[in-house]
This record gives sequence, structure tokens and C-alpha cells, in this order.
Amino acid sequence: MTLREVRDLLGAEVLSGDELLDTEVHAAFGSDLMSDVLAFVQDQGLLLTGLNSPQVIRTAEMMDMKCVVFIRGKAPASSILELAQDRGLVVMSTPLRMYQACGVLYSAGLSG
Amino acid sequence: MSGDDKIHLSYQVEGGDLTRAGEASSSVKQTLRKLGLDPAVIRRVSVCMYEGEINMVIHANGGLAMVDVGLDDIVITLTDFGPGIPDIDKAMQAGYTTAADSVRDLGFGAGMGLPNMKKYSDDMKIKSIVGMGTTVTMVINIP
Repeated sequence: MTLREVRDLLGAEVLSGDELLDTEVHAAFGSDLMSDVLAFVQDQGLLLTGLNSPQVIRTAEMMDMKCVVFIRGKAPASSILELAQDRGLVVMSTPLRMYQACGVLYSAGLSG
Repeated sequence: MSGDDKIHLSYQVEGGDLTRAGEASSSVKQTLRKLGLDPAVIRRVSVCMYEGEINMVIHANGGLAMVDVGLDDIVITLTDFGPGIPDIDKAMQAGYTTAADSVRDLGFGAGMGLPNMKKYSDDMKIKSIVGMGTTVTMVINIP
């Protein structure tokens, strides 16, 4: 699934990395606890989180992820977006809640 | 790299500024990428280093991070002059934490740091003296 499709499915706004929306992801991970992302992520390229902190971008970077989706309408600070841009990460924000966002993507074929 | 050449990386990790925690880990990761190491090895080093760096920032007001890249392994040595760990076995238990609530706002502080570091390293040693500080050494083998 491309990040463009992710954006459309989630009704998300792209906050950083507009030019990278053709990037493909094959699986996703949802968590507000970054230590669990570090513990469990393998090849998931997409991170859904309600945590609004620069550590989200750092964590995604450490795990070679491609995109961070902030759920529940979280609006990350410009410093977080600059960090993401610098690391080549796509950042989106969706009004959907965690359960809804995961359900929509899973139903559309994106595995966990 | 050839012969007994090793690459030494060294970072002063600043305490206090929680939002900057991870800068040293990020730099290590980029350096290892440039060296062309196996992505799986880089991933393991990244997790060990990042959890360790977060620990130094939140518990010990920063410290010194050294990474030695050899042909057979990568050794991460994290040294701080923080409060020390009174009971290392307890600290190693998943879910045990002494972190402040402010740390949980960053997505850490759930008692998973040391267990994650052990999980992703081939060998981990902790030396700690209460009131003096802690040194954590992690070895990641290069297959």
C-alpha cells in the first residue's frame, strides 16, 4: 500500500514529506509507548501513535520506518516536523482514533 | 576497515533536555550506515544505544557514550555519574521503573529500557555503585 493510499483511507492531512507519498509500506504498528515500538517492530514501515513528542520521530528513525501517523487529530510542533523532514519521514495527522485508524488500514489489507 | 583497525565514536550526552535525547543514537546510526554495515546489525545497535541514551538522560543527567566498531563486533559503553542502581536484578525486570511522569510523556518510562537493551545485544554488563554512577557495556556481534 502506498502512503498516498494511507492518507486517503485515513482522511489524513500530510504535514511533512508530500513528495514521498509513492513510498510503499507492507505493515503497520500502533502504539503510544516508544519502548514497545523498539521491542516489537520488525519490518513495519508505518507507525500510528497518539504520542506527540520528538521521540516519536527518533524512534521511527531507529526502526527504519517510513511514515508516522498522528491519530486523534494530534498536531505535532514545527520542531518535530523539521526533524522528520531532515530524516526523510512522512508525517500525517488523522482525526480518527487509534482503534478506528488501525481497523481501516487493516481492512484495506495492511497487515500488522 | 582492515586488520585490527577499529572506529571509535564518542558522544557527550546532555542531561536535562529530554526532547533532544536520541541525537547521539541518530548520529551513530548514520555513521554505521555510511560504513555499509548490515541493516539488521545497525537496527540492534540503534535500539541498544537509544534506550541507553534515554536512560542516561532521564536517570543520570547525561553521561558519556562510546561506540567501538570492529570487524567482529560493535561495543557500546555508556558511562554516567548518576545515582546508580541499587538493585540491578530488579531494574532488569520488565515493567519495573523509577522514571518520573514527565518521562512517560516522551513514550518511555515503562520499565522496558534495560530489558530491550538485553534483548537486542549479544552480551550486556551493568556495573553500578550507588551514589557514584553506572556503566553499561553492550556487545553486538557482526555475523
